[in-house]
Amino acid sequence: MLRCASLTKTYASGGRELTVLNDITFSVEPGGFAAIVGPSGSGKTTLLGLLAGLDRPTTGTVHLDGQELGALDEDARARLRGAKIGFVFQSFQLIPTLTARENVQVPLELRGENANGRATELLARVGLADRAHHYPAQLSGGEQQRVALARAFSTRPKVLFADEPTGNLDAATGAGIIDLMVELNRDLGTTLVLVTHDLDLAARARRTIRLADGRIAADSTA
Amino acid sequence: MTSLGFVFRMAAREVRASPRRLLLLTTSVAVGVAALVAINSFTANLRDSVRRQARALLGADLSLESRQPLPASAERLIDTLAARGAETARVTNFSAMAFVPRTDGTRLVQVAAIRGGYPLYGGVRTEPAAAWPELQRGRHVVVDPSLLTALRARVGDTLALGEARFVVSGTVASAPGNVGLRAAFGPRVFIPARFLEETRLLGFGARAEYEAYLRLPPDVSAQTVAEQRRAGLQADRVRLRTVADDRERLSETLSRLTGYLGLVALIALLLGGIGVASAVVVFIRQRMESIAVLRCLGATGTRVLAVYAVEAAGMALAGSLAGAAVGVAFQQALPGLLADLLPVDVETSASWSAIALGVGMGLWVALVFALFPLLSVRRVPPLAALRRDFETGPEPRDVWRWVVAAALGASTVALASIQVGSLRQGSIFAAGMGAALLVLWAASWSLVRAARRWLPPGWPYLWRQGLSNLHRPSNQTVTVVLAIGFGAFLLGTLVLVQLNLLQQLRLTGGPARPNLVLFDIQPDQLSVVQRELRDAGLSYSASVPIVPMRIASVKGRAVGGILSDTGAAGAGSGSWAFRREYRSTYRDSMVASERLVAGAWWNEHARGARSVGDNGDDRPGISVETGLAQELEVGPGDEVVWDVQGIRIPTRVASLREVDWARFEPNFFVVFEPGSLEGAPHTLVTLTRIDQPSARGTFQRRLAERLPNVTTLDLSVVQEALERLVDRVVLAIRFMAAFSLATGTLVLVGALATNRFQRIREGALLRTLGATRAQLFRIVLAEYVALGAMAAVVAAGLSAAAAWALARWVFEGRFSPQPVPLATLALGVVILTVVVGLLNSREVIRRTPLEVLRGE
Repeated sequence: MLRCASLTKTYASGGRELTVLNDITFSVEPGGFAAIVGPSGSGKTTLLGLLAGLDRPTTGTVHLDGQELGALDEDARARLRGAKIGFVFQSFQLIPTLTARENVQVPLELRGENANGRATELLARVGLADRAHHYPAQLSGGEQQRVALARAFSTRPKVLFADEPTGNLDAATGAGIIDLMVELNRDLGTTLVLVTHDLDLAARARRTIRLADGRIAADSTA
Repeated sequence: MTSLGFVFRMAAREVRASPRRLLLLTTSVAVGVAALVAINSFTANLRDSVRRQARALLGADLSLESRQPLPASAERLIDTLAARGAETARVTNFSAMAFVPRTDGTRLVQVAAIRGGYPLYGGVRTEPAAAWPELQRGRHVVVDPSLLTALRARVGDTLALGEARFVVSGTVASAPGNVGLRAAFGPRVFIPARFLEETRLLGFGARAEYEAYLRLPPDVSAQTVAEQRRAGLQADRVRLRTVADDRERLSETLSRLTGYLGLVALIALLLGGIGVASAVVVFIRQRMESIAVLRCLGATGTRVLAVYAVEAAGMALAGSLAGAAVGVAFQQALPGLLADLLPVDVETSASWSAIALGVGMGLWVALVFALFPLLSVRRVPPLAALRRDFETGPEPRDVWRWVVAAALGASTVALASIQVGSLRQGSIFAAGMGAALLVLWAASWSLVRAARRWLPPGWPYLWRQGLSNLHRPSNQTVTVVLAIGFGAFLLGTLVLVQLNLLQQLRLTGGPARPNLVLFDIQPDQLSVVQRELRDAGLSYSASVPIVPMRIASVKGRAVGGILSDTGAAGAGSGSWAFRREYRSTYRDSMVASERLVAGAWWNEHARGARSVGDNGDDRPGISVETGLAQELEVGPGDEVVWDVQGIRIPTRVASLREVDWARFEPNFFVVFEPGSLEGAPHTLVTLTRIDQPSARGTFQRRLAERLPNVTTLDLSVVQEALERLVDRVVLAIRFMAAFSLATGTLVLVGALATNRFQRIREGALLRTLGATRAQLFRIVLAEYVALGAMAAVVAAGLSAAAAWALARWVFEGRFSPQPVPLATLALGVVILTVVVGLLNSREVIRRTPLEVLRGE
C-alpha cells in the first residue's frame, strides 16, 4: 500500500546543507498499522510529509497505492490526497470558520460529492451527532480531534496519516481517540501511519519504526 | 455538487464566519463607488437637462450674431426666412453704466435691447409676472435682482442709461442666455430696442453685439439652413448658431468639467483598491493554516484561490451596491454645489447606467487589486498544516503576477479613459499613477536597504530596534510606504492644483494696483476725465489709446476666404481669431505683464519719426500675443493687413509676446509700433485706484452723469464675482476630494493592520524578556515615524512634480510650489501614520505576554 525507497531530504539552512532524512526504505501492507517513533528532531514529521505527498524528497521514491508520488505535480498530488489520504494533526487543524459538520463535509465536497448523509453518519460514529452545528472554538480538544477523525475518514481513505494525534490531549481523552482510530482502521480496512514520541501509544501499533538522526534505527513488528 | 458549487459554498461560509474581517475591503470599495456614482449619475442628469433645455437656452431655432450691425447677407437671409413664415426677434447687447438718481447708485450693466417676441422659445420669468409682456409698452426696463440690491433701488425707480430715462418695471427670475462668467461683468438690464437711439450709447468705439433670433416654420430645418449658409455668413463675420450647435458645445464643456470631477472620483476608487489589497493581505495571513489544511484535504491551489476570489468579489459587490446607494444620495447635493456654474436647471434622478457603471467599476477594481495578494494563496504549502514554523524558500517567479499587474495597468487606463472620455488623457493619467508608484517603490526599497546597512550601532537600542523593524524578515515597509505615500501624493496634488488655480485668479495683486478701469473715453473727453480725477484727488495711469480694427488678410490670404474655408467645417473654433474685432494699441515699450518670446521689440528712437522701418521695411511692426499667433499661424516677418475703419494698414509681425492676462491691466493681443496708428479714430482707457467702496461709487456716479458714454469697470466687483465662481468650483472639487480623503485614511488603517499580528507576537516576546511598556512604545514610535516621514517626503516631492506638470500642460498657468501647505500635509501624514500605528499597536502594549503566547 505504502512503499518508500532510499528517501533522503536535505534542506539548505544558513548556507549549509542539513540532511534531515537519510536513506529511508520501508513499506506498509494494506490495512497495516505502523507507528513512526523517535525523539524530537529525528525527522518524524518530515518523513510523514514526504509519505503523504505534502513535500518532495531530495532523492528516493514514495509509492502510494501503486502510484509514484514524484511523478505527480502539486495539483495532481492534491487530487491524490483528496482521493486516498486522510490526515489527523496534533493541533486538530479544523477550519475555525466552519461548523463541525462542514469540516467533515469539506473533503467530499472537494470531490464534488454530496456529503450531508456521510457527515451525519460519521459524526454519530465519533459520538458528536448533537454537536454538528458547533464551531471548533465551541468544542473541547477531545471533541475537536474526534471531528478531525470523522473528517479524515469521510472519504474512506486508503491511508490515514496521524501526526501526534494525542499530543494536545490528556491521557484519558487521548486513549479514547486512539481506540476510535483503531476501530475505524479495523472496520474500513484503512492503512494507518502514526507519528508519535509516545511509546505507550506506539505500542498499540502492529509495527514500530524507530528514527534517530534521520535514519531508521529499528523496525520491529509486534 | 460540482467543483464550482464547492467554491461558492466555501466562499459563503467564509463570509458568514467573519463578515467584519472584510469590512475594510467593503468600505474601501464603497467610498470610491459612491464618488463615481454621484458624479456620473449627475453627469447623466446634466446631459439630459441640456438636451431638453437647449432650445429654451438659445430661445430660438437659429440665431445670427455679429460685432457689427448685421450685414446685408444676413438681413437677406432673415427676410427670406421671414417670407417663408419664420418669426424673428432682435437683441442688441452692450455694456453701459446704469444710474439710479433716487439712490445715487451707479453700476456697470449688460444691456440687452429687445425687439420682437424674444425669446421665441421658453420664456422670461419676471417678478411681477406681467413685467415682461409689458416691457415694450413704454420706457420700461426689467433688471436682474442683483442690480436693485447693488444700487439699493426698487421696482418703480427711475433708471438712467446714457441719456435715456426708464422705469424699472420688474426683476428677472430666469431668462435664456449665459450665466457664470458673463454675469461677473454686470447684471443684465432688458430695454425695448426702440429707445436704443435715445441712450446715445452706441457711438464710436462702443462694443456691441447684434443678434437676430429666428423661430423657423416646421418645413424649414435649422440644420439645412446652417449647412447652406454658415460658410458664407462666416466670411461676413456673422456667427450662425443652431440649437444642435449649442447642445453639442454645452455638452462638451460640461462633460469636460464633470469628466475631471469624475477623475477625482476614480482616484478615490483606485485608492480604495489599495485598501482592498491590504485587507486581503491581512485576511490571508489569518487564513494561512486553514488554507494549508484545505490543501492537505486535496484542494488544488487554483481551487483555493477561487474560493477566496469569490469571497472577495462577494464582499466587493456588497460594498459597490452600498456605495452606489450612498452615491445616489450624495448626487442630490451636486446641483446645489454647482448651480451658479450651470446654464440649465438640473433635475436629479438616479441614472441606472451610472449606477451599473459604478458598481461594475467597483467590482472590477476590487477584484484586480485583490488578486495580487490572492495569488500567493496558490503557493501555501500543505506542509504548513503540520509545522507552524514552516518557512517557504524565496517565492518562485510567478507569471501570473505579471498578468495581474498588466490587468491592473490596463484597467487603470481603461477606467480613466472612460471617465474623461479620451484614451490619450486616460493613458497619461495611468502613466502618471504608474510613475508615482515606481518612485514610491524605489524610495521604500532604499529605506529598507538603508535601515539594514547604515543604522549606526551607536544609536540607543530602542531606536535601533524600531528602525530595524523596517528591514527584518516579512517587514511591511514597502507596502506601508506605497499605500500611505500614494494616498498622500494624490491628496497633495489635489491641494496644490487647487491652490495654484486660486492664486492665478487673485486678480488684484497689491494694494497699489488700480481697481477702477475707465474706458470708451473719446479723445475730446480725456481732459474732462482727467480733471474729474484730479478734483477727486486721485492718481491715474497714462491713458492708453485703443483703436478698433479687424484683420483684412494674413500672409496674403484674404480673411473672407479663410473664414469660408473654416466655416464649412462647422462652428470652427479657430476662426474667432480671424473674425473678431481687435482693440489694439500702440506704444514704444513693453509693460510688466508682457514678456518677449520671439523677434525683437522696436527701437525707441524710431518713435514718432518712422517712415522707413528698422530693416528697410516700410510696413510698421506689430507685436502679437503668442496664443493668437498660433491661431493665425504667423511668426516674425509675416505680413498681417488690418482694416482700420475701412483703411487698410499692412503690418509686419516684429515680435511675439507672452501676456499674463490674469493681471488686470490694459493687455492687448496686438501692439502696434508707434507712428503707425496715431491718425486712426480711437478711444482711450485710463486706470485709477479708489480704496473706499463708497468713494468708488460716488466717483462712478459723477462720471456717469457728466460723461454717460464712459464706462467704468470696478475690478473689486468683478473679482468678488469671479472668486465666488472659483469658490463654487473649488467646493465641488473638495466635495469629490473628500471621498479620496476618506479612502486614504482607510488605506492607511489597512496598510498598518497588515503586520499587526506579527507585531503583537514580537511585543509579547520582548515583554517576556523584560521590556517595559514605555520601551515598547518607543520602539513602535521609531518605526512609524520613519515610515511616515519617508512616505510624506516622497509624496510631497511627487505632488509638487505632478502639480507642476498639470499647471504647465493642462491649466497652462504658472506654478508656485506652495511650500507651507505641502509641509503641513507632509507633517499631517507623519502624525496620522504615527497615531494610527500606535493605535494599531495598543494591543502589543495592552495584552499580557502570556495571553499572546498562549493564544497562538
